[in-house]
Amino acid sequence: MTNSKYLIKNVALPDGKRSDLLIDKNVISQIAKDIKSEGAQVIDGSHSVVLPGLVDLHTHLREPGREDAETVLTGSRAGAKGGFTALSAMANTSPVADTAGVVEQVYRLGQEAGLLDVFPIGAVTQGLKGESLSEIGAMADSLAKVRIFSDDGNCVFDPLVMRRALEYIKKFDGVIAQHAQDPRMTIGSQMNEGEISARLGLKGWPAVAEEAIIARDVLLADHVQSRLHICHLTTAGGVEIIRWAKARGINVTAEVTPHHLLLTDELATSYDPIYKVNPPLRTQADVHALREGLAEGIIDIVATDHAPHPTEAKDCEWQEAAFGMIGLETALSIVTKTMVETGLMDWSQVAQRMSITPAKIGGYENQGQNIAVGAVANLVMINPTKKWIVDRDLVSSKSTNTPYHGHELPGVITHTFFKGEATLFDEKLIKNGDM
Amino acid sequence: MSIALSAQDISRALTRISHEILERNQGSENIVLLGIPTRGAHLAARIAASISEIEGTPVASGTLDITLHRDDLRLRPPRTIMPTHIPASGIEGKDVILIDDVLFSGRTIRAALDSLGEVGRPRTVQLAVLVDRGHRELPIKADFVGKNLPTSLSQSVKVSLSEIDGRDEVSIEGAN
Amino acid sequence: MMRHLLSIADLTVSDALSILDTATELARVSDGQVKKLPTLRGRTIVNLFAEDSTRTRISFEAAAKRLSADVINFSAKGSSISKGESLKDTAMTLQAMGADAVVIRHSASGAAQRLADNRWMSGSVINAGDGTHEHPSQALLDAFTIRKHLAKGKHDLSGIHVTIVGDVLHSRVARSNVLLLSLLGAHVTLVAPPTLFPVGVNNWPCEISYDLDSVLPHVDAIMMLRVQQERMNELFFPSAREYSRYYGLNSDRMAKLKKNSIILHPGPMNRGLEISAEVADSVRSVITEQVTNGVSVRMAILYVLLAGGPLESGSN
Repeated sequence: MTNSKYLIKNVALPDGKRSDLLIDKNVISQIAKDIKSEGAQVIDGSHSVVLPGLVDLHTHLREPGREDAETVLTGSRAGAKGGFTALSAMANTSPVADTAGVVEQVYRLGQEAGLLDVFPIGAVTQGLKGESLSEIGAMADSLAKVRIFSDDGNCVFDPLVMRRALEYIKKFDGVIAQHAQDPRMTIGSQMNEGEISARLGLKGWPAVAEEAIIARDVLLADHVQSRLHICHLTTAGGVEIIRWAKARGINVTAEVTPHHLLLTDELATSYDPIYKVNPPLRTQADVHALREGLAEGIIDIVATDHAPHPTEAKDCEWQEAAFGMIGLETALSIVTKTMVETGLMDWSQVAQRMSITPAKIGGYENQGQNIAVGAVANLVMINPTKKWIVDRDLVSSKSTNTPYHGHELPGVITHTFFKGEATLFDEKLIKNGDM
Repeated sequence: MSIALSAQDISRALTRISHEILERNQGSENIVLLGIPTRGAHLAARIAASISEIEGTPVASGTLDITLHRDDLRLRPPRTIMPTHIPASGIEGKDVILIDDVLFSGRTIRAALDSLGEVGRPRTVQLAVLVDRGHRELPIKADFVGKNLPTSLSQSVKVSLSEIDGRDEVSIEGAN
Repeated sequence: MMRHLLSIADLTVSDALSILDTATELARVSDGQVKKLPTLRGRTIVNLFAEDSTRTRISFEAAAKRLSADVINFSAKGSSISKGESLKDTAMTLQAMGADAVVIRHSASGAAQRLADNRWMSGSVINAGDGTHEHPSQALLDAFTIRKHLAKGKHDLSGIHVTIVGDVLHSRVARSNVLLLSLLGAHVTLVAPPTLFPVGVNNWPCEISYDLDSVLPHVDAIMMLRVQQERMNELFFPSAREYSRYYGLNSDRMAKLKKNSIILHPGPMNRGLEISAEVADSVRSVITEQVTNGVSVRMAILYVLLAGGPLESGSN
């Protein structure tokens, strides 16, 4: 229970209506016009939209094992800066999060940081090797109460292993999040396979290597009647497969990253590995299909795939560089630019894609709630028309591998509230942050 | 702009130079004429034709591009390298007559001497120029001169030859 | 003025022709008429060969030395690169030692461009082969050789039909040659089994064919690419025998070529796989002449990049 009281005046709610909003004792205590409140910190919301706090289902926090790139604390700070009140820590740490012990460690680190909820994701297979199931039950039962399982970084390639995993999680209504990448077709692959990879002499990563796995897995999910989630969808063909699957009532959800909504493989012509990511940046046609798919809801959510790497992992030749981009702090701005400013989505849909639906998929309590009286105050305020310039030396993440350095983006996140307490106030991090 | 040599002046000068070369070298047997591109090469061709006619036998002649031996390459973007043709009989032990249109600082001829040194060892190297405008920066002297033209450094000497420029003329531009 | 030679894609027709014309003049040095030229005296050229290659490195070394430049060789085996030093650190070390130009061969596509773009060093960067991306000096010496034999006095390669046969997918020589030969007006046909063409080759300025025998009677020059044995393990073709049978240049196929056509190969050759010994040693083969021309062309490249200085303001 905190004593903080915040009165946000004249802010736009996700449906567009303007109102005052009072946060008191961890919850939204009033939503009305002209609220008066003693002792509340007053925030001018007249330029802003308030959304339920963003929920990321795909974050690489790197701890334990790669604390040189990021820790749960620094990742939480980056999350708060980006308007997130919940992150999901992917399991490809070192050691891998394939036991109750590791997921509980990550869970506790998140609690200690105290800036947002960190929900650990458990590995599907031991050591991410794709051969035998990890102790899924123990992880589900642990303090971390894991519900999402993923070998992300690797694909669960063996169809029998994938089937068993899908069946096993039915016990506690879990979900398998698949990183769709046929390993045989993508050995040594560096970028999207197409005209540009042919010209640049970089080994291609064909779209079919992603789509073939998605097609297989939606059929498996249907056959065993279980829940499937597709990580970082990147191709037009993948959107069509998901559309087909949903039309048949298959219980599949899909995510898209902000960078795949904006960037294409053209950027590789500079050979600058800041653009090297897995799955790779694809073509303009794919970007177009992903935006339409997200607007339509075929793609259910936006997830960042925030992937921090130390400088030396990107300051080299393309082939030597690590795959991945950070993304927590720029996610909402990219969505503003690609989906809201283009008229493809309104703010209530942004709330659905970036907060309400991700929380539903993960089963996260107190997250992704509609803005209503009595709801736990996990909120973010964004000034959509104000612009800012991305500076990699000023990010809150420990790593600087952002592809947007020097770019101007729309949408400045001014305030983030976690359980009624400001973690970001007037664009500055509070608890455990700069102040 | 004033005209220093007309077409006829040029023609007479080249004829005289041809005879002087033959006189000094006692015939054309041991000489090799090498013109420095661009205009020096055309002048060499004319002098070679003239000498061949006078002597009744062809004289050895060719071109010598000196670009790669210049001492001022780094001051400008890379220059085009012009053709170099050394006659099959070579220059070893020969009397080489270098031929150029204007003798000025002398650096071109210095480069030509270096270039020649890479090819072989002539018995003598002599220099024939259409115009000597003074202002030497190196101890270089012409053996055969069409015309001595005292000029100031602010002036420029323009040589036109019919093979390239459509007419024969030497003019001086700029104030004294 | 050109500062680097990273890719044929950066050259205009006049850039390419001026390199070829300069090489024609510089060939006098290779012919032995002139022993040495002082043009690059005082310059230091570093050969940074992170990938094994004797012939290209020696070719660049000979070219640099004939222009009186000092040459430093830095090759992969036993060097700090093989011990894990990054390309960036290697470049900065060379810069600190004062290199005017770096000739780089590297297994990573784009390595030359990264070296040039990142300004880890200030000299000129010459791409001597980067991964499967490009090998510009090879294409230039191939174009030089073709022009010498087939252009019949024309300045460029218009009207000449060239075919390139072999592992196009992994070949930087093929990529550079397609770009350069078509830039100079030649008609190019690539021949390979379907598995060895990259997706996206249809957008290249050339034709493609899977059938070598149908292409042979129409070409003026045929360039055979080296096929690596390892490709069989990666399932690109079933066996060396089958590859040779359909894509190898042997005496029977050579007999089908037009009367004055020439045979090229960038080397090193797999005698018996993509090219038979009789063909390699035949009178139509210009393979050893390519090596000689390579030195002249590389001298021309060094001259064009290093001999001149910055543009004066207001000058041509």
